[in-house]
Amino acid sequence: MSAPNKSYDPVEVEALKPEEVERARDEAIAAFAAATGLDELKQAKVAHTGDRSALSLANREIGALPPQAKAAAGKLIGQARGAVNQALAKRQAELEAERDARVLVEEAVDVTLPFDRAPRGARHPLTTLAERIEDTFVAMGYEVAEGPEVEAEWLNFDALNLGPDHPARSMQDTFFVAAPDGSPDSGVVLRTQTSPVQIRTMLDREPPIYAICPGRVYRTDELDATHTPVFRQVEGIAVDEGITFADLKGTIEQLVSKLIGDELELRWRPSYFPFTEPSAEVDLQCFVCRGASVGNPDRPCRTCSSEGWIELGGCGVVNPRVLIASGVDPNRYSGFAFGLGLERILMNRHNVADMRDMVEGDVRFTLPFGMEI
Amino acid sequence: MRVPLSWLREYVDLPAGETGRDVAERLIRAGLEVETVEQLGGDLKGPLVVGQVLSIEELTGFKKPIRHCWVNVGDANGTGEPQEIVCGARNFAVGDKVVVVLPGAVLPGPFPIAARQTYGHTSAGMICSARELGMGDDHDGIIVLPPEFEPGTDAIELLQLVDEVLDIAVTPDRGYCLSMRGVAREAAAAYGLPLADPALLDVPPANSYGYLVKVADPVGCDRFVARTVTGIDPAAQSPIWLQRRLQKMHVRPISLTVDITNYVMLEVGQPLHAYDRNRVDGPLQVRRASEGEQLTTLDGVKRKLSADDLLICDNSGPIGLAGVMGGASTEILDAVTDPETGEVTGSTEVIIEAAHFDPVAVARSAKRHKLPSEASKRFERGVDPEASRAAAQRAVDLLVLIAGGTAEAGVTDIAAPRPMRTITIAADLPDRVAGTEYGRETVTRRLQEVGCAVSGSDVLEVTPPTWRLDLTDPNDLVEEVIRLEGYDNVPARMPTVPPGRGLTEAQRMHRRVGVALAAAGYVEVNNYPFLGDAAFDALGLAADDERRRTVKLVNPLNDEEPALRTTLLPGLLATLRRNVGRGNTDLAIFEAGLVFRPKPEPVVAPRPAVDRRPTAEELAALDAALPDQPRRIAVALAGERQPAGWWGAGAPSGWADAVEAARTVARAAGVELEVRQDQHAPWHPGRCAALYAAGTDRLVGHAGELHPRVVKALHLPERTSAMELDLDLLSADGARTVEGPAVSGFPVATQDVALIVDRDVPAARVELALREGAGELLEAIRLFDVFEGEQVGAGKKSLAYALRFRATDRTLTADEASTARAAAVASAEARTGAVLRGA
Repeated sequence: MSAPNKSYDPVEVEALKPEEVERARDEAIAAFAAATGLDELKQAKVAHTGDRSALSLANREIGALPPQAKAAAGKLIGQARGAVNQALAKRQAELEAERDARVLVEEAVDVTLPFDRAPRGARHPLTTLAERIEDTFVAMGYEVAEGPEVEAEWLNFDALNLGPDHPARSMQDTFFVAAPDGSPDSGVVLRTQTSPVQIRTMLDREPPIYAICPGRVYRTDELDATHTPVFRQVEGIAVDEGITFADLKGTIEQLVSKLIGDELELRWRPSYFPFTEPSAEVDLQCFVCRGASVGNPDRPCRTCSSEGWIELGGCGVVNPRVLIASGVDPNRYSGFAFGLGLERILMNRHNVADMRDMVEGDVRFTLPFGMEI
Repeated sequence: MRVPLSWLREYVDLPAGETGRDVAERLIRAGLEVETVEQLGGDLKGPLVVGQVLSIEELTGFKKPIRHCWVNVGDANGTGEPQEIVCGARNFAVGDKVVVVLPGAVLPGPFPIAARQTYGHTSAGMICSARELGMGDDHDGIIVLPPEFEPGTDAIELLQLVDEVLDIAVTPDRGYCLSMRGVAREAAAAYGLPLADPALLDVPPANSYGYLVKVADPVGCDRFVARTVTGIDPAAQSPIWLQRRLQKMHVRPISLTVDITNYVMLEVGQPLHAYDRNRVDGPLQVRRASEGEQLTTLDGVKRKLSADDLLICDNSGPIGLAGVMGGASTEILDAVTDPETGEVTGSTEVIIEAAHFDPVAVARSAKRHKLPSEASKRFERGVDPEASRAAAQRAVDLLVLIAGGTAEAGVTDIAAPRPMRTITIAADLPDRVAGTEYGRETVTRRLQEVGCAVSGSDVLEVTPPTWRLDLTDPNDLVEEVIRLEGYDNVPARMPTVPPGRGLTEAQRMHRRVGVALAAAGYVEVNNYPFLGDAAFDALGLAADDERRRTVKLVNPLNDEEPALRTTLLPGLLATLRRNVGRGNTDLAIFEAGLVFRPKPEPVVAPRPAVDRRPTAEELAALDAALPDQPRRIAVALAGERQPAGWWGAGAPSGWADAVEAARTVARAAGVELEVRQDQHAPWHPGRCAALYAAGTDRLVGHAGELHPRVVKALHLPERTSAMELDLDLLSADGARTVEGPAVSGFPVATQDVALIVDRDVPAARVELALREGAGELLEAIRLFDVFEGEQVGAGKKSLAYALRFRATDRTLTADEASTARAAAVASAEARTGAVLRGA
């Protein structure tokens, strides 16, 4: 609001005559009504409401009036300007609606045109599957532990109750790292399992320990549809007072429920691992045939080879010998451990028929998995 | 271990209707890994009968010799008349007993049989081979039966053609299940039925007149039983039942004596060896080899022995690799028929060895000589040392019964004293391990079921049976109780986990980096870390390049790739090429993973004891033996980064994308990157960026376009670009804490400036100079144009920047903005030799 202008010549006070104000108002309203487009309306707006318009000039002159006349004049002009602005807004709305109906239709495009200008990327499903499993356990309070892939034999075997002549040591076909003199006696291997991370974790600190250890492991298998020499495991370990086989069962059931769902049955069967005693293998009911293919040659199931079950992984109560080698008092603490093969879970959970697809890095395989699975 | 159901039933009286699958399910839940249940003769249908060949007419004029036969099949064909059959096989004669399948029958395949016209005759059935009956793939010849069977006898029953066979993958702890006896024990426990133990035999006591055996190494051999059988009929053959059982176990029938030793091993789990007594020179001796000794084993291979090998010897030297394989010189001779006299010669006197060898000695010999045998497999996993006498007796009995032999009265039995193994276990340990309540009575009963002797009350003294060498620790006994009570019956419970720390900053960073690259259009790949020198050659690495120093494998998958990667690029570029080859031409891929850099002075890792925690020194030595394994991330790009389309032109990928990928990674890691010009293989010498963590002199990686020679050597698309950086180095300073900026609401003042500098002045230096000169009023600076051409002069380039100035506390005046701009320009002039364009 500008300050009252006291420099105006009182002679021009004439302009505040009510008829003049009404005339200016009516001319403005008529001009708005006559505008046929938004541009014309804009010109009319400048002409009739702009700084040099009659009503604006009249408004400015109020300040020069004797005080007793100001109120009446202000009211008069205020009403007139209100009517003008109302008419302007109404016509503005009318003309904009008209324009929308016409111009925006002309501007229409084919929004179904493909727009693949920014390339799509994706993370490997084995990475995101490992993260999903990690997250399940982190939510329970576990931590994620990692270890080296080139590992000391002592950590990969001896500490896990696999002595030099243990028959299970030949079960796992191991890549041996050459010693500086080229001999195989370096005491170093490519880890055959993620279990050495268990040992490292226990050596690292006192129980309670609840850890999940994902990682790449190595065995001297040739690559084919169901084997790869480099694969991924997720190992879990809990060491605390009073840990039992029942805790292991509950934990695995929880994982399966979160990862796969609750509809499929689990089968627990005794097995053998030197680092756990008792040991178990957990089988998941075949998600394709749900057991209907068993002994039924008319309905063979490729997924479970008509066995009705799919091997999920091995687990058990940590062998007290392993606790001893890791410096954990077996009289005070007990633990459980489990290991899962991620490739197998990916095959089952996402119906991947050939493991080679997970290895070869063809972007067509990975892209559909996106950022998370 | 294969287990025919018909054979298993001999030891356990399983319910009549129980199928192979039913039995498999029970055994699986008891811990035996039954992999398959094979249905033998599942689709077989008779009539399949014994026939006697009455006449053979040789038909000629066909492509191959054909026989037209008349065969007596008794009443099996309903008429009693001879059956007319055309046959292509030739290994039978008139009078032989054969197996005949008659019209209406179905052979495995299924292959229905009908009478048909062939070679000008009617063939009303077939004379069968073992292969056609699904008995084995040994040979194509037809089966000639022993003479004692009557024509017309049902051959399905006679040849035990219908059966179910369980195939069990026996885990290393359950060596006793590599026998029918062991599996039967498990089946009996699983069904709660009694076991008819095949090793419960009457055995005469040891005496002093058995075959002389000297055991010089009682650690390597703590039991040696020897028995002698004479007068064996070399013409005697394994009876059909014996052959059939061996065939179902996938063991090839060889000769009667060998078949019997194999059979007894499969039955009771004790590996036996038979020597031809007439070929053994003097007493049997058990000792370790001397360096340089040699032995020709049964497979005809001459083997150099090492001092660790445990041997069976006679006066002539080694005659067997103990527990692994016998020697050729004392082998049982094959029966040979003299074509003129018809007389059959072969071994007639045999020594049966039933010994117990040290598992480690056997395992090492088998491994050293690459000779895994049925015997070594069992010794390695543990053989019941108390089964030796019974096994030898069983073999003797069969040789007497089937081969017409006479058992000599001498019984050699050398036994080293064996300490009684007793395990002390709290009676409630199984309850505490399982997390449920079994009670002492159940625990005792279950342990007794597996063959343990149990005494005590709250604390139990448990003596495991001699065949359970795996039961050594209290937890081993716990597993026996829990598995027999059923793993399925253990309750499920969740442990109470204390609050966790969540992911570490490094773990979160690794995830962010992957997400950031994927969001920027990169696809993640995972490559094997194996490579060879060729990969470094292709990258054009100098001979002394650090990356050529690798960790090497003793037994690589591929001899060309014996080393572990020191850079992610070879694997990544191979995957890029593979994708291009498959028609995926516009590519942006990334990999995150470990590389392996040997320590300057690699050392051998120690093998500390396992009965205690390693000492700090031992732990340090373990880590010192490992190579450095930093985590890296790399990208590779080829083709178009943005495709052309209806919106206009596309953009090829190039060095700038590779550098930007590094910035993307660094931003996700919360680190600023400083980019410097560099020359570094395998990059293009003029298009290679060295990447530094800003504010440090720490080189974290490189990015840019690959050297054209590398592109050519690896058959990559032209202008392939790549980036590799070390995530551990990048984040070495830890996460910085961002301070929230005070956002000014005052208006911005924008000023443009174009500077002419020498062509080789890096834009990053010019920008830095402008920034520092402009002072704190500068809010942002952006290079919006780079120009080279006549207008700016040869060897020069023009860099155009938009500068945004803003104050936090006032509206800048035009003068203030211009002063700041002038200061920025002056700084650039002073530090980079820049000249204001148009000035």
